[in-house]
Amino acid sequence: MTGLSIPGAGTPRPGQEVPPAAAPDLPERRSRIPHHVRFWLLRPGLVLSVLLIAGVLLAAFFPDLLTSRDPLAAAPQDKLLPPGAGHPFGTDQLGRDLFARVVHGSFLTLQATVLAVSVGLLVGSLAGLLAGYRGGAVDDALMRFTDVLLSIPGLLLSLALVTALGFGTVEVALAVGVTSVSTFARIMRAEAMKIARSAYVEAARASGTRWPAVLVRHVLPNAAGPVLVYAAVDFGAVILQVSSLSFLGYGAQPPTPEWGSLVSDGRNYLATAWWLTTLPGLVIAATVLAANRIARALDGDDREAR
Amino acid sequence: MTGEPLLDIRDLRISYRTRAGTVPAVRGIGLSVLPGEVVALVGESGSGKSTVAHAVTGLLPRGGSVDAGSMTFAGADLARADESTLRGLRGRTIGLIPQDPMVSLNPVQRVGHQVAEPLIIHRLADRPAARRRAVELLQEAGLAEPAQVARQYPHELSGGMRQRVLIAIALAARPRLIVADEPTSALDVTVQRKILDHIGTLTRERGIAVLLITHDLGVAADRAHRVAVMSRGEIVETGPVRQVLDSPRHPYTRGLLAAVPGLGHPGAALRENGGAPRPRPVPAVTPLDDRDLSAVAGNPATASGDLVVAEDLVKEFSARRGERRTGRRAVDSVSLRIRRGETLALVGESGSGKSTTARMLVRLTDPTSGRVIFDGQDITHLDGGELRRLRRRMQVVHQSPYASLSPRMSIAEIVSEPLRAFRIGTRAERSRQATALLDQVRLPAALLGRRPAELSGGQRQRVAIARALALGPDLLVCDEPVSALDVSSQAQILDLLVDLQNDLGLGCLFISHDLAVVRQIASRVGVMHQGKLLETGPVEKVFASPFHAYTQELLAAVPGRSAR
Amino acid sequence: MRHYLLRRLFQAVFVLWAAYTVSFGVLYLLPGDPATIMAAGGGDATTVTREQTDALRHQYGLDQPLAEQYATRLLHAVHGDLGRSVQSGVPVTHLLRQALPTTAQLAAGAMLLALVLGSAVALLGSSTRRRWLRQLLLSLPSLGVSAPTFWVGLVLVQLLSFHWRIFPAFGDEGFSALVLPAVTLALPAAALIAQVFAKSLRTALAEPYIQTALAKGASRRRVLFGHAVRNASIPPLTLVGIMAGNVLAGAVVVETVFARPGIGRETAAAVTAQDIPVVQGVVILGAVTFVLTSLAVDLVHPLLDPRIITTTRPAVAA
Repeated sequence: MTGLSIPGAGTPRPGQEVPPAAAPDLPERRSRIPHHVRFWLLRPGLVLSVLLIAGVLLAAFFPDLLTSRDPLAAAPQDKLLPPGAGHPFGTDQLGRDLFARVVHGSFLTLQATVLAVSVGLLVGSLAGLLAGYRGGAVDDALMRFTDVLLSIPGLLLSLALVTALGFGTVEVALAVGVTSVSTFARIMRAEAMKIARSAYVEAARASGTRWPAVLVRHVLPNAAGPVLVYAAVDFGAVILQVSSLSFLGYGAQPPTPEWGSLVSDGRNYLATAWWLTTLPGLVIAATVLAANRIARALDGDDREAR
Repeated sequence: MTGEPLLDIRDLRISYRTRAGTVPAVRGIGLSVLPGEVVALVGESGSGKSTVAHAVTGLLPRGGSVDAGSMTFAGADLARADESTLRGLRGRTIGLIPQDPMVSLNPVQRVGHQVAEPLIIHRLADRPAARRRAVELLQEAGLAEPAQVARQYPHELSGGMRQRVLIAIALAARPRLIVADEPTSALDVTVQRKILDHIGTLTRERGIAVLLITHDLGVAADRAHRVAVMSRGEIVETGPVRQVLDSPRHPYTRGLLAAVPGLGHPGAALRENGGAPRPRPVPAVTPLDDRDLSAVAGNPATASGDLVVAEDLVKEFSARRGERRTGRRAVDSVSLRIRRGETLALVGESGSGKSTTARMLVRLTDPTSGRVIFDGQDITHLDGGELRRLRRRMQVVHQSPYASLSPRMSIAEIVSEPLRAFRIGTRAERSRQATALLDQVRLPAALLGRRPAELSGGQRQRVAIARALALGPDLLVCDEPVSALDVSSQAQILDLLVDLQNDLGLGCLFISHDLAVVRQIASRVGVMHQGKLLETGPVEKVFASPFHAYTQELLAAVPGRSAR
Repeated sequence: MRHYLLRRLFQAVFVLWAAYTVSFGVLYLLPGDPATIMAAGGGDATTVTREQTDALRHQYGLDQPLAEQYATRLLHAVHGDLGRSVQSGVPVTHLLRQALPTTAQLAAGAMLLALVLGSAVALLGSSTRRRWLRQLLLSLPSLGVSAPTFWVGLVLVQLLSFHWRIFPAFGDEGFSALVLPAVTLALPAAALIAQVFAKSLRTALAEPYIQTALAKGASRRRVLFGHAVRNASIPPLTLVGIMAGNVLAGAVVVETVFARPGIGRETAAAVTAQDIPVVQGVVILGAVTFVLTSLAVDLVHPLLDPRIITTTRPAVAA
């Protein structure tokens, strides 16, 4: 009951709940622009990010809307053309249209990314939920196991998995997904533990609610938020890992295009055809940047204004 | 104490810029402090009083700005001074005693170094001299072994000791004005009084003026020469302490005075408020003086009026898993009983074990040893379905309504959850029941579709009470149900609880650290300290002639006592 | 303190054992026959003859029961024997020891660069009063963590080697050949350090003890360097401890891009050829690096924050 409760001013002391500002204290909003429009207008970066991700999704699922060219059709007479009117990203050493290859490559790259994040999300949250809510020996064992997983550098663990599983898009996805499991498990466990100890779960228990109902009605919906936000955060990182493995040549085998392997393919023409490496890489970087920006927005950077 | 004011605030306006727009925090206040004078600025949270403290020290949080007015301090206008001028004043002529001592010291620096820092910054001493002076300052602030304390880190000191260190820092450069921003609200009452006394003595001896920011009218009454009452960014009343307390002119001040439940005369607060005094709850059975409980507790069956009896409850918390050290005794052989329709209050400072005792009583925590008998049945080892059935008869209202309501559920869902858990009624019946329950706690049915975040703290606590009443329990445990609320909501919730007790004949265990609240609501009181129940008895009797030395100390430490 | 050290050492040994076990599980237990995989050497498994796999199976003890294989291999590993490479027949430890120096040089250079660059960006970004500079500096890290390492390396080569001819594009000859790979490897690490340090500085600067310091009349610089930096340094330091292993892993990509010999190149080649013993050796090397650096970081922690592991004396009431 101390201090002031003006939103955005001062830091609340730990453990102290700050009541929402009394409504009469808030002034009339001066502009007539609706609240949600204002939210987007103030964040051009976020708008761009959403548009970019939408474009990438479009490329993945409806590639023909973005390009009519065949990503695999070689045209030796058009080889190594710089970006221009007919070929926005130029052509490669076989005369294949690079833009078409990037557009068609996005499907496999996104597929691997979504699969990897899903593996981490599902396996990790289930384990974390169990550990956090039940506690005890289950919890101890699970946490020791995630400690160990975290002690092996992610890329090396993925490489070991790829060695054992073999090469290919799905294999790469699984190998990357396993490295995210432990972080998902930890976040879910922390949330489940916090919520299991919260006053409202105790209140539910005190009013006689059975534990499965508590788990489904109280713990899961309230714990899901941070875990889903992490899934968004992980998305960008996973794109990078998937493309790294693809760059090293462990993803889809040629001539099928993937973002990472496209960059790798252009390495022999670094000095003469800059676009072959630069443009696909730029697409990866922009996609990751956009995914991270959206994740940050979900993470509550902009909570105040929502 | 006459002549030129040391600090003269005129028509000060401060606002915060947020994404939602500009929010005014201080709306044109005037206030002056004479040299050597103690002025208290009193108000509830959000009234803007802390903003004034920040403005005077030139430390407004990000987004805050002085829009108009002046703050003349020793001839200079603080509102218009540049950063380097302010820096020269801060710590040199204006000292600050911050709010929460637990977090206001740098955790990675030795205490002595932090006390010496203002002297070094303002070039009042070289390093070795400052170091020696720091030890003297710590002694002056009332620390027993100053040389040792100077070598320690903050985490090695208690809250009270840390606040003394902060006093030493504020006084280091012998300032002319001290701004004390809720200096003791984070401390236990017994420590609070000693600290406030010490600040008083030190500043009086040295002729230092004090601007005391507090939400507690009692604290202001005891220490200040003059009081200014602040509400919604404006000063509504100002004057000498006696005048403001004895004959408040502004309705807000009267409300504030009334809402601080006084120790002096029960019911007085409500009369001052203009309403008729409410009848105090009459216990169904004339309470025995049970300072010696063991005779009764030996045979629970004989006392048929007993709703709950606890016998020798002990709770030990293991220190940490894997450590061999034996744990802390949070509750140490506590025996108590609550009769049907009676309200027993447990009072004690934080960490005294009162909440743990309550949680063991309703089987939310398992006791290490001891027994709990509910309505003649030993419930200590009930589990599964039987424990769940027992839950229908005992309900809990938690301390913080911000934490005890699931944020994603609607009010209707929250209130009817207990009914759903016991499969009582159809969906439609449950929803009618929810409306009736809200009505019982005086909330409009329109709130049913809302979510907790859309409600005020007081409204949320009413929802929590409605949920607790849903199953028609015999025993209601209220764990500090008002301590997270502001003063005016506190009074309303207490009134509601008193009425519900009278209407429903509930047995009630009421946990509080606030003796004044206890006096208003309970018929019997138990005093807990360090896990032990020191004494129990009728409220009037315990308060009038406390048996135990600790109870006496607790009663003496309540602020506002000397003013009434 | 000695008790703490012993416990910490025990933990380290446990983690190493567990990492060995996990890598064994991944490489030998997952569906797919290790002997066939190794015999195929990354090529088409159908061309492998029965005789080849049987020979390999016998040579690598894969015809023994799993528990026995695990016990034997673990015992050998404890004695510093990680088996032999399927491709070259060279002992794995020998192979790693030969490749380690150049990679260690690269990784150490990258870590140092990352630490300096990351801290500089975070400190400058947190202390400058110019709004544009602050926003610019604090948005750099999010660019840094979004760009794929392999692409950054190739773009640097394109610009600095082919276009301006400042640094050599490939090889491991001399200091100038180290610059581009080290920068490439350092950039994402630096971005992470900057992000974490800037965030912990922001948290520290919002703490009430900063208000206390300001109320003493301390200047911004004094508040930042005298009070905030030390309190804020634990999260980035912990990060450095975790990151060392990842920097080693990052060498796989960077050494491939710059055609530099080292652990990374060996790893890439081993994965391509599905050379299980070598891959397991590298995984264990990664775990050892992680364990050692986080051990070192844990020992530095108490020097920065006295609240860690000093035995708390009971506080006396005021």
